[in-house]
Amino acid sequence: MIPAALCAVVLFLVVYSGQAMIFNGLHFVTNINWDLGDLYSDPVTVRGISVPQGASYGILVFIVGTLVSSGIAILIAVPLSIGAAICLAEAVPHRIRPALSMLVELVAVVPSVVFGLWGIAVLIPFIGHYLSPTGNGYGLLAASIVLALMITPIIASTLLDALLQVPKENRESAFALGATHFEVVSKAMLPMVRTTLIGGIVLALGRALGETMAVLMVSGGGINILPTSLFSPISTIASFIVSQLDSAEADPTNMSVRTLSEIALVLFIITLAVNAAAKLLTSGALNVRKH
Amino acid sequence: MSASTSLKTPRTALELQRIVVSKLGWMGCGIALLLVIAPLLDIVGVVTINGLSAFSVQLFTKNTGGTTNGLLNAMEGTVVITLFAMLIAVPIGIGAGIHLSEYGRDRLSSTIRFLSDVLTGTPSIVLGYFSFVVFIIGFGWGFSLAAAAITLAILIVPYLARITELALQQVPNSMREAAYALGATDSKVVFKVVLPAASAGVITGTLLGLAISVGETAPLIYTAGWSDFTWTGHFTHSPVAYLTYVIWTFIDQPDAHSHALAYAAAFFVMLVVLAINISVRLVVKRQKFA
Repeated sequence: MIPAALCAVVLFLVVYSGQAMIFNGLHFVTNINWDLGDLYSDPVTVRGISVPQGASYGILVFIVGTLVSSGIAILIAVPLSIGAAICLAEAVPHRIRPALSMLVELVAVVPSVVFGLWGIAVLIPFIGHYLSPTGNGYGLLAASIVLALMITPIIASTLLDALLQVPKENRESAFALGATHFEVVSKAMLPMVRTTLIGGIVLALGRALGETMAVLMVSGGGINILPTSLFSPISTIASFIVSQLDSAEADPTNMSVRTLSEIALVLFIITLAVNAAAKLLTSGALNVRKH
Repeated sequence: MSASTSLKTPRTALELQRIVVSKLGWMGCGIALLLVIAPLLDIVGVVTINGLSAFSVQLFTKNTGGTTNGLLNAMEGTVVITLFAMLIAVPIGIGAGIHLSEYGRDRLSSTIRFLSDVLTGTPSIVLGYFSFVVFIIGFGWGFSLAAAAITLAILIVPYLARITELALQQVPNSMREAAYALGATDSKVVFKVVLPAASAGVITGTLLGLAISVGETAPLIYTAGWSDFTWTGHFTHSPVAYLTYVIWTFIDQPDAHSHALAYAAAFFVMLVVLAINISVRLVVKRQKFA
C-alpha cells in the first residue's frame, strides 16, 4: 500500500501536469510573472493546448521565496539549536534534563497553523512596531523566524542524542589536558558529531521547504516580484499552492490547476532531494560512530 | 606553605581569555535554550488565555454561521474526519508494520521502508494537492469527507508502520520461538503473541497518528472544503468543516468575535495535540519504548 500510494501520488501529478509542462516549458522556473490570464474571454490555443488569453505561469518568485526563507530560517535555527543542545547535554542538572528536552521536542508537535496564529498575534506586531521600516510585519523575516522556531527542535534533538553518545573517554581525556568545560564541549565533542549535525540540519531544511500554513499566514503573500529586503512580502511554493485554490478553480481551461500540479511536483522533487541527502548523511554518520 | 603560594601564580592573559570565552560560550548556550523554550511557553500562554476567555456554552451548541455562533460544526467535522482517517490508516499501518517487522528481510521490504521514509518527508500540501487532482477532479467527488479522510490516512500510514515495526522488533525472539514450539501457526504467533506484547508501542503510534490528523490543515484545504453546517452524513459531494480551518481564516476577519473563535479552536487543537504527545512521552519513558 505505501509504495502504491507514493507511486500514485507521483504518477497522477505527472500525468495531470503533462499539458502544463508542455505549455510552460523550461521557461516555467525562470519566469517571475504569474498571470492567470483573462478568465472571462474565450480561451486561445497555444501549441495545441487551450489556455486563457494572456496567461503566463512563472514560479521563479516562489522558488526564490522558498529557498531564501528556509535559508534564513536555517541561519537562525542552527546557532540556537547548537546552543540549546549543548546546554541540555552538559549544563542542566540530570534531574530536569528529561523535562527540558521534552519541552524542546514539544515545540515540534505544535500544529503549524497554531504557529501561524502566534505569528499573527505576537510576532507580526512586534516586527511591525520595532524592526520594519514600513511598519508592516508580514514578510520574509516573519516567515523565516516562524520557520526557524519550527525546525529548531529537529536539529536540537538530533544533536542532543549524538552528544550524549560521545564516548566518556574522549571527554575525560580532554578534561585531563586541562581544557575548560566549554572547551571540552566545543573543541572535543562538537567535531565528533559534526556529520550528525549536518544530517539534522538538512532534515530540518526538508521540513522548512515544505512548511505551508504558518508561512502562508505570516509571509504577506507577495507575487510577481522578487524579495528585495527582509521585510518584502514573499510566497513559498507550498503557501502559494494553498492561496491559489479559488482563482485556479475559476479557470475554464483547467490550465492553472494543471500548472499548480506541476508546482506541487517541483516542491516534491526539491524535498525528495533534500531528504535523500539527509538520509545519506545520517547513515554515513552512524557508520563512522561504530568504528 | 611554599607549595600553595607557588600554585597561586597570577593567571596569564591566555588563561584569562580562555576563561572569559568559556563563560561567554555558556551564556550563549543558555540564552539559546531560553529562546527555544520561551516561544513555546508564549504560544501556549497566548492561546490558552485568549482561548479560555472565548469559552462559552455556545461554542458547543451553535454552528459557525450567523451572528451568535459557535464551533459545533468544526468540532464535529474534525472528530468525524479524524475517526474515518484512523479507520482507514490503522489496519493498513499496523499491517504494514507487521509485514516489515516479521517478514521484512527481503528486497521488497527495504523498498517499502525507503518509500515510507520518502512519504514521511513529503510536504503535506503535495499530498493534499494530489488528492484534489485525483478525488475531487478525477473521481468527481467534490470537497468531501471521503477525500479528506483518505488524504489524512495516506499521511499517517507511514508513521504508524514505522512505529509498529519498531515496537514489534523489541519483542524478544524467544517469545516467538516458544509460541512456535507450542505448535502455533504463523498468524497465531503474530496476532496472539507478538502483537499483544507490543501493544503499548502500537497504541503509541495510533495516538501520535491521531495527534497529526487533528492538527493538520494544509491537506484538508484542498480536500474537505468548508461548510457552515454539521456533517450531512454523505461521504462524497458534501464539504466538511474542521477546527484548523477556523484558526487559519477567522484570525484574518476584522471582528473580535471571529478572533475569539479562532483562539478557541486553536486552544482545543493544541490541547488535544499536546495532551497526546505529553502522555505518550511519559508512558514511553516509563516503559522504555523508544
